[in-house]
Amino acid sequence: MNVLVVGGGKLVYYLSRSLTGRGRRVTIVNRDRAECTRLARKLDATVVLGDGSDPTVLEEAGAYEADAVLAVTPNDEDNLVICQVASVRFEVPRTLALVNDPDHQETFKALGISAVSPTQMLSRMLEQQMAFEDIDQLISFGEGNVNVTELTLDDESPVVGLPLSEIGLPQDALVAAVLRRGRPIIPRGGTVLHERDRIIVVTLPDTHEDVLRRLVGASHV
Amino acid sequence: MRQAEDLFVVVVGCGRLGALVADRLSRAGHHVTVIDQQESAFGALSPEYSGFKLEGDATEFACLREADVGQADVVVVATENDNINLMVGQVARELFGVKRVIARVTEPAREAIFYELGLGTVCPARIVGDEIVEGLIRAGANGRVHER
Repeated sequence: MNVLVVGGGKLVYYLSRSLTGRGRRVTIVNRDRAECTRLARKLDATVVLGDGSDPTVLEEAGAYEADAVLAVTPNDEDNLVICQVASVRFEVPRTLALVNDPDHQETFKALGISAVSPTQMLSRMLEQQMAFEDIDQLISFGEGNVNVTELTLDDESPVVGLPLSEIGLPQDALVAAVLRRGRPIIPRGGTVLHERDRIIVVTLPDTHEDVLRRLVGASHV
Repeated sequence: MRQAEDLFVVVVGCGRLGALVADRLSRAGHHVTVIDQQESAFGALSPEYSGFKLEGDATEFACLREADVGQADVVVVATENDNINLMVGQVARELFGVKRVIARVTEPAREAIFYELGLGTVCPARIVGDEIVEGLIRAGANGRVHER
């Protein structure tokens, strides 16, 4: 898989290092000659000097053969145009833009470009962690929209003793697994929850907090 | 009172080009709001300019909303940064539903991309270049310019 990374700084260095480490062929496009030299020396990647939003530079960097383009410069407008040029002109199947302004995530989506906002991810994670200290956020995917969370039911939990079908979770939430004294259970509607069960829930942002509150009890929030 | 033939025009970027466009439209009786990140840029407007001036970053959604871009008949994006023009132009058209968006392109090689993304463009370098070349060719046909 060929990945084209446009940008600079530590982010591009570590990103490229982790991609090449996983066997991806990486090409970096960077505007700064000295940084290009440094990156080329330290990484097993092709480095192209130039403006990544310029179609001729992207073509030179192999955009026609790229399977993915990552635009991670500090300027959101550049990241948008890089991804648009890559998908419109070179038909790159997958493009992803970094957005510094979290509001741009929606804007980019409306313009057909997937975007990730580290600011939003961090603030969302921080909020969730502060709200639920004994709850572990395991992973999130779908640009941070799908969360997988692990939590333990204690004696204050209002759902202990109830079967899953009666705990009243919103439609877009799922109890995916229950760990009972170390034994994993894939639950069904009739599975009754016990105290000290560790459960894994899949949630969407809109109802995330409601779901957790419903499971662990209001006093924890 | 706003009259039917009057346009509401939002001009993004108050550099030489943006200021010129804003000024001329304002003097022609149209309603103009000009946006620039730096207040000092508004110094380029003439004293007769009677439109609004909005200090802000037009790549921020809130700034465009404050400028009431959704109500604009025309948006002219005229900053010196092609990518900002491309982004703001698309946001005005796709998210605010503005029918006429005119974007300035500084780099002639990029005009094609603007076109592929559906934006009307004006490229000053190309206009001046065409003018010079055509002028020379016409002059050549009249026998006033000779090849070495």
